[in-house]
Amino acid sequence: MDARQLYEALKKIQEPKGYYFNEDMSMTMPLMESLLANKQRYGYMACPCRLANGEFEDDKDIVCPCVYREPDVEEFGACFCGLYVSKDWNEGKIERKVVPERRPPEKIKW
Amino acid sequence: MPNKIEFYGLSTCIHCKKALQYLEECNVACDPVFVDKLEGEERKETIAKVKEHNPSVSFPTLVINGKVVVGFNKDKIDDALEK
Repeated sequence: MDARQLYEALKKIQEPKGYYFNEDMSMTMPLMESLLANKQRYGYMACPCRLANGEFEDDKDIVCPCVYREPDVEEFGACFCGLYVSKDWNEGKIERKVVPERRPPEKIKW
Repeated sequence: MPNKIEFYGLSTCIHCKKALQYLEECNVACDPVFVDKLEGEERKETIAKVKEHNPSVSFPTLVINGKVVVGFNKDKIDDALEK
């Protein structure tokens, strides 16, 4: 599967749930590539913008779409990565801010 | 005085890529550390260092001339670069 195919497949599933891809393709397509890269190296699509532990059990919360997407899109109109956004965010009705990290740092094993 | 920059990022992170592009546009040299590419002790030590600057251990974390900038935030990068 390439980035474009992943994009099309996820779009079909996520849009009806109210989660849209960032219209800025200079963000969205590299993120698709990164999800595929993480699938390749970890075996699951860990969030490309977070430090994965490399074990599925330890990264369950950040397998894309992560558990933080819902509260982030609710509060900021965009997820931490800026991959999934609300319709209003794409339409410029919401101020675009840096979304702060919501994942507790204790989740990172080290 | 040249700018002193520490850059902690992830190889897959789009905000890290955008921040690096921006630094390049500003003609600021930096040697990024991609934490996801590190292993063992080096990974541990680097995470500890990131945590000191940014307790949420998110990426990118930049330290520009002693000022910490979390995430790709152009205004804060400009401030720290005294642009």
